[in-house]
Amino acid sequence: MKIIHAIFILFSLLVSGSALAQSSTEAELEARAREVGQSLRCVVCQNQSIEESDAVLAEDMRRLVRKRLEAGDSNADVINFMQDRYGDFVLLKPPVQTNTYLLWFGPFILLFGMLFWFVRKTRKRSETSPVIPPLDDEEKQRLERLLGDEQ
Amino acid sequence: MLAEIGQISLIVALLIAVLQSVMPMLGAQKNDPRLMAIGDRAATAQFLCVATAFACLTAVFVGSDFSVKLAAQHSHSQKPLLYKFSGVWGNHEGSMLLWVLILSVYGALVPMFGKNLPTTLKARALSVQGMISVGFLAFILFTSNPFLRLNPVPLDGQGLNPILQDPGLAFHPPLLYLGYVGFSMAFSFSVAALIEGRVDAVWARWLRPWVLLAWSFLTAGITLGSVWAYYELGWGGWWMWDPVENVSFLPWLVGTALLHSILVLGKRHSMANWTVLLGITAFSLSLIGTFVVRSGVLTSVHSFAVDPARGVFILILLALATGGALTLYAVRSHTLRTGPSFGLVSKEGGLVLNNILLIVATTTVFLGTFYPLLVEAFSDSKISVGAPYFDQTFAPIMLLLIGFMGIGPLLSWRTDSIIAHKKHFVFACVLMVIITSLTFFFGKSILGALSIALAAYLAFGTLVAFGRKLKFGQVSLAQSMKLLRHQSGSAFGFFFAHMGMAIAMVGITAMSVWGAENAGVLKIGESLKVASYEYKLETIDAGRRDNFEYLQAGVAVSKDGELLSTLTTERRFYPIRNMVTSEAGIRVRQSANLYVGIGEGNQNDGWIIRAYYHPYVCWIWIGALFMAFAGFISLADSRLRFTVREPAPATAIPSAAE
Repeated sequence: MKIIHAIFILFSLLVSGSALAQSSTEAELEARAREVGQSLRCVVCQNQSIEESDAVLAEDMRRLVRKRLEAGDSNADVINFMQDRYGDFVLLKPPVQTNTYLLWFGPFILLFGMLFWFVRKTRKRSETSPVIPPLDDEEKQRLERLLGDEQ
Repeated sequence: MLAEIGQISLIVALLIAVLQSVMPMLGAQKNDPRLMAIGDRAATAQFLCVATAFACLTAVFVGSDFSVKLAAQHSHSQKPLLYKFSGVWGNHEGSMLLWVLILSVYGALVPMFGKNLPTTLKARALSVQGMISVGFLAFILFTSNPFLRLNPVPLDGQGLNPILQDPGLAFHPPLLYLGYVGFSMAFSFSVAALIEGRVDAVWARWLRPWVLLAWSFLTAGITLGSVWAYYELGWGGWWMWDPVENVSFLPWLVGTALLHSILVLGKRHSMANWTVLLGITAFSLSLIGTFVVRSGVLTSVHSFAVDPARGVFILILLALATGGALTLYAVRSHTLRTGPSFGLVSKEGGLVLNNILLIVATTTVFLGTFYPLLVEAFSDSKISVGAPYFDQTFAPIMLLLIGFMGIGPLLSWRTDSIIAHKKHFVFACVLMVIITSLTFFFGKSILGALSIALAAYLAFGTLVAFGRKLKFGQVSLAQSMKLLRHQSGSAFGFFFAHMGMAIAMVGITAMSVWGAENAGVLKIGESLKVASYEYKLETIDAGRRDNFEYLQAGVAVSKDGELLSTLTTERRFYPIRNMVTSEAGIRVRQSANLYVGIGEGNQNDGWIIRAYYHPYVCWIWIGALFMAFAGFISLADSRLRFTVREPAPATAIPSAAE
């Protein structure tokens, strides 16, 4: 179990730590533009990012993203710029703010709440009703022998 | 004439459903066998009536009778026969009729297969099933009548929505509905059990095959929808976190939890409360899914008001079904007895954890889908929730779940300890280190490598758990083979479902880590580079075919100068509907798909070409189909056949009984 935990901690570190190297060769700029574009919603489409959409507005927004990146903005700058211009609606990843606390933290509060409830309940129940220890190896062998006879 | 027969059949079905919802319930209360027996006959009669109505509507579509408004709006005399059939449910009214048809089929199966069920339980469940029918039949008759006539009669129909002119429509909605509506059995029997105040292993063993059936259909339906969207929408996504997809995913997640908790209830008599609650929730989410999509509330809050009658009806039905069942649960759940206790580390404990994680995952998807609506309804601001949100909330929860899936099946019932599985963990770790290093060496992504290793760990855990059932290594190979033949259907089901999950995870990881895409405006002869592939626009062709205009591009894909394939992609414009659809050009291989789509453009500037490299994307669907297949295999389990006899106390080999 510990190993699994360690892996997950590692996992989450990697996810959060995947900061982008800021370099401005063309290919890297394009890759960054695509990454930014995938987190921005085409505001006239249904649930499509500007990278996926064929709409004219999406095309304009893609161009705008590339222009800002070429001008030397960081990814976060571009996203902030678009947010100022189009509002929270443009962000496919909603910002963490008062009206999204439930959205962001709800699932995790529920997770810990339910885990807490489960651990407490099993503890309490095992106190009231003693758990019968599992069969040891010798007992298991005896059981196998007995069952083997039956077949 | 046909339309009138259909109409009358529906009205009769509604009357029968009213009878079915009142009489058996009354009979169960008074313990009157004659009243209870009405339930059986009513369920069968209701099915016959709805089937007649559905047959009539199909005949109207196939016979191109455009005096019926629905056919005039959604069919066309020149349409291929397949689409005349599938066009029946390619619209709101028809799809609701299909829904009710499937509901009545499940209802009619209860008396057929439930001869040994306790009479009061069966009567009450049929009564609840009848109530659901009443709601839906009334909804159809009063707000969405498929049999309305049209005057004057048009010369020809308007044709089916072009996006729906695809074999996908023939299979995707029926499978999805077989899943959605299948959970109505879990709902009805949960409500009946709450009224009876009795949930036991017999109840669980009777219900489990129905849950399995519904779950398998839903899995297949969602998979098919994903494949359909992949080749039809033209931008290479297999899952878009689109609200409409999400609402079909919600009952699937809860259904998966239900499948596992009902297993515990059937074998260990524990988790009765929980199972009943999941049964109610799974169907409530199915209802939300059906209705929310049908009412159009998801596209925007405002389209709800387009047809207020439907919207309000929907909301009332939803509130009655879900609210009623949950209230009943709140009042009656204490009457259900709690089963024997179990340790934190035990198979039951693992399954509770599975349930917790699945419920949290469901909550995440639910919030992600409906939160924008809530924000819009209660404030002036508007927000969007897209893939990045789910990547950060849903994905870690699922990874955690997969982490537990690798060990859970190895635990023994009642009580176990982690230390007892030390050897397994050591092996698993060694395997994971090897897989991680290998994948990292070839793939150059630590995240991808770890994720693939996790999939390998899941596959390893599943293999070991299945191997232990066969006593692999403990007895001779011949004996293991003999044990293999004697494994129960659910043992195979477990194996294929969990393996399917591992396979799908490889595909999902590969797609998100190593998938590549590029887009550009190309003239003939120009090319795009995607990963190590070169996509060259060779030909452009335009013209008219059938009922659409097309723009077709031939794109040659080569790697290291060697031509692999020439893909053809199309963009179609349907003048009757003023709609554009796309047909992607795909080269399907087990190891990677090459995918190309064409957008707008002209001779002077060139055309928008989107090119993709999709490694192992097929594994996602193969894995998902494994899961659906696994559910059907489990159904073959003879122990699931319902008998009145209580299961004999453990006389079977313990490992085979697990």
